[in-house]
Amino acid sequence: MKDIPVIYVRNLVKKFGSFTANDGLDFEVYEGEIFGFLGANGAGKTTALRILSGLSKPTSGIVRVAGFDAGNEAEQIKRNIGYMSQRFSLYEDLTVKENIMLFGGIYGLRKREITGKTADLLSRLSFEEYGDRLIASLPPGLKQKLAFSVAVLHDPKIVFLDEPTGGVDPLTRRQFWELIYESASRGITVFVTTHYMDEAEYCDRISIMSEGRIVALDTPENLKKQYNAVSIDEVFVKIARSPEKIV
Amino acid sequence: MKRFFGFVKKEFLHIFRDFRTLIILFGIPASQILIFGFVISTDIENAGIAFLDLSKDEISTGISDRICSSGFFSRTADLAGYEEADRVMKSGRAKAVIIFPAGFGREFLSGRQTTISIIADGSEPNTATLITSYASAIISDFNREYTAPGMTAPLPVQPEVRMFYNPGLKSHYMFVPGVITLILILICALMTSITIAREKEFGTMEVLLVSPLKPSQIIIGKVMPYFFLSFINVIVILLLSWLVFDLPVRGSLALLLAETMLYIMMSLSLGILISTFTANMQQAIFISLIGLMLPTILLSGFIFPIENMPKIYDVLSSVLPPRYFIVIIKNLMIKGKSFSYVWKETLILTLMTIVFLGISIRNFKIRLE
Repeated sequence: MKDIPVIYVRNLVKKFGSFTANDGLDFEVYEGEIFGFLGANGAGKTTALRILSGLSKPTSGIVRVAGFDAGNEAEQIKRNIGYMSQRFSLYEDLTVKENIMLFGGIYGLRKREITGKTADLLSRLSFEEYGDRLIASLPPGLKQKLAFSVAVLHDPKIVFLDEPTGGVDPLTRRQFWELIYESASRGITVFVTTHYMDEAEYCDRISIMSEGRIVALDTPENLKKQYNAVSIDEVFVKIARSPEKIV
Repeated sequence: MKRFFGFVKKEFLHIFRDFRTLIILFGIPASQILIFGFVISTDIENAGIAFLDLSKDEISTGISDRICSSGFFSRTADLAGYEEADRVMKSGRAKAVIIFPAGFGREFLSGRQTTISIIADGSEPNTATLITSYASAIISDFNREYTAPGMTAPLPVQPEVRMFYNPGLKSHYMFVPGVITLILILICALMTSITIAREKEFGTMEVLLVSPLKPSQIIIGKVMPYFFLSFINVIVILLLSWLVFDLPVRGSLALLLAETMLYIMMSLSLGILISTFTANMQQAIFISLIGLMLPTILLSGFIFPIENMPKIYDVLSSVLPPRYFIVIIKNLMIKGKSFSYVWKETLILTLMTIVFLGISIRNFKIRLE
């Protein structure tokens, strides 16, 4: 299982005029893996994420997502991925069921399929009594979990999570990661960007970006060993100070 | 296609669940019509009226007494000459002057046709129309009493009506076309720009863009409900103006509705365009209100005739789509003219729609890059 790359990136370059946002990225992400994508603001994470999710095209390089080319098969990529952002991604003025129905429909699921999945999803989250409530009336933790469940409703090959736990308390974050693990165990690849270094430790592998390049990529344990650090936070600080960065 | 309809349904849910949106969509058109209706239908009571009686005979005093005893008018001045008519109306003491020419009674008794002049202050068009039609009605009552039943000869006294200050009474029929023009651009452009800005502000636009929905489907899906609801609004306004104010559509109804659809599409494109350069709802509302509503009211010819504007405002208003739609709707609705009179305006609106959509698509693509 672990050796099939669902994301394959070779020498990805993205330029905006004279500014190079992504400067020769190389990495691959395997099926069922939880891949952490780290980096300071402005390091080029968002640009890479937009290319991987079919929103923008690479200037040069090979980018294959779920078997499709990001340059000219963006539509097929979009059908095979799920997406959830830090900014809340469900409609507040629709009920839980209406949101599920909407996104299920957008991803081409049949009505009967959606109804089955809705019941399944609500019972898995012990949400049964919330089905007809407006999203606006739910506590933030529940919304977050629901948003994730909706993002993987259509069983995508990959789900992209863009800082999914921003502004959520640690306990909810913990529960949220349980959902992520569960999806990964079902074979859904999870590609997650985060600011929280403790969250990075939950990932199978992490990459750290700086100034448009990937400066480190390995399992959290190996990185800690390599940089002689006790936490990913420390790794991050050491990388930020290292002289290679200036080159 | 199924994805698309689910998306449109969601858009309707947004509209019907938001009280403020509903107010804007249905409350404003109804209240505009009612406000204008109220202004239009004010009855006259004891309106000041001045008489210039150059004949001073039994018949002329009889008619003027009859006018004053009707309850609608009160005699506020008796004038000695024509030159006083202007002064008495400008001072506001009289809303109208009724003039009996010299020798009026003699002519009348000798069986020849005679004329009474009614000069009304046209700067208040509604009052002026009411006064002249009431006075004319009283005069024709008088006629009827003095002519034998069944007589077919021309009535002996002809009221001759003239308006001072606003001879054509232009603004009288303007309000229905004006309200339609204003409501449509307001609802379509404002609501579209708000609804798209809202998706951006809440971050749901990103989710939609990453989904298999095409950007064009997202945009069309978002504006489609507003197209339908605006069209319903137009029909309601036309029905109200016909039933309440007796203003039927004189020209081709089908053509009028087709032109209205074009105007709705133009307004929707304008709303999409506004949304491409606004980041949140506040900006969208601000631009739509300041940039569209005020110029539409002030410069499009809705309230102030463009012919009377200084050149600079005339030029400014030529970039405003409502200006052209007002011409179209006036010609089709009030004057009952055919397409050959409005093809130029139709062409301009079509071009504007294309330009607005073109710039929107370009802006949208730049943002995606």
